Amino acid sequence: MNKDERRALFGRWFSDNIPHNKALGIEVLDVSRGMASMRLAWRPELVGNPETGVLAGGPVTAMLDACCGMAVASMLDAPRPFATLDLRIDYVRPAVPGEPVIAEAECYRLTRSVAFTRAFAHQGDPKDPVAAAAGTFMMGTKGRPPSTGTGR
Amino acid sequence: MSALIQRLREARKTGNVAPLTDTIPYAAWMRIAPETGTGELLTRMRFAPELIGNTSLPALHGGTLGAMLEMAAIFHLLWETDTETVPKIVNITVDYLRSARPLDTLAAAKVTKQGRRMVNVDIEAWQDDRSKPVATANAHFLLKSADEPSAL
Repeated sequence: MNKDERRALFGRWFSDNIPHNKALGIEVLDVSRGMASMRLAWRPELVGNPETGVLAGGPVTAMLDACCGMAVASMLDAPRPFATLDLRIDYVRPAVPGEPVIAEAECYRLTRSVAFTRAFAHQGDPKDPVAAAAGTFMMGTKGRPPSTGTGR
Repeated sequence: MSALIQRLREARKTGNVAPLTDTIPYAAWMRIAPETGTGELLTRMRFAPELIGNTSLPALHGGTLGAMLEMAAIFHLLWETDTETVPKIVNITVDYLRSARPLDTLAAAKVTKQGRRMVNVDIEAWQDDRSKPVATANAHFLLKSADEPSAL
């Protein structure tokens, strides 16, 4: 599978199988082994503070969770269920209203039971992030989802 | 005076918290709303098919749980403190304990420590059985300062 085919496959799977990602309008930008990036467009209904028009934390949290999860999925040679175990988000600065937010995640270590990920969200300049995330995922065995977490 | 402060004052006076939801566009869109029916301030996220993150289990998207835990803390702070603006989230750590089924999710927040500017909040979310939480979180919020880093 070449890069474009891989990206198209992940993108299709992402919006066909994950209703909430579709509802938020999250778009897969790129996927390669251990890496994933996505984009979330600003929309008035995603605003958390009506006085400033800044996005709520929730949509950014959902995209970072999804992006870390996709980075884990990209490490697997055969499909395996896994579930988010924990996710920490640091909201470094407000996202500029009206502009999309981009998430870039990396799965930097995959063991038999746990996958470790990091991610940043930015608005065009990765050196000037709006949020940073660290997520761990519990890996299930084939056909048997892990007993904890949100499932995937 | 902003619409938020007006609603907030009204809610505090009448004891009716539900209209607070309409002051935060993202909360209204997600159908995440505070309620006081039991005498305790709880936040409810009504189930909708767009909240699903895993269609085969099925299970709610981890991001929606993170988002509702964060909103539960915000509603709690709006209700329990004298803040007149939306508290600014600094960071949140979510532990995913169980797969969340396609049901309403409830959450309760507790202030662990309130300083002059910073407040530390524990939040717990459950579905049909409060003794079996689906997710817990700890988060920091800035209450007053206008020029500090945060998501909002």
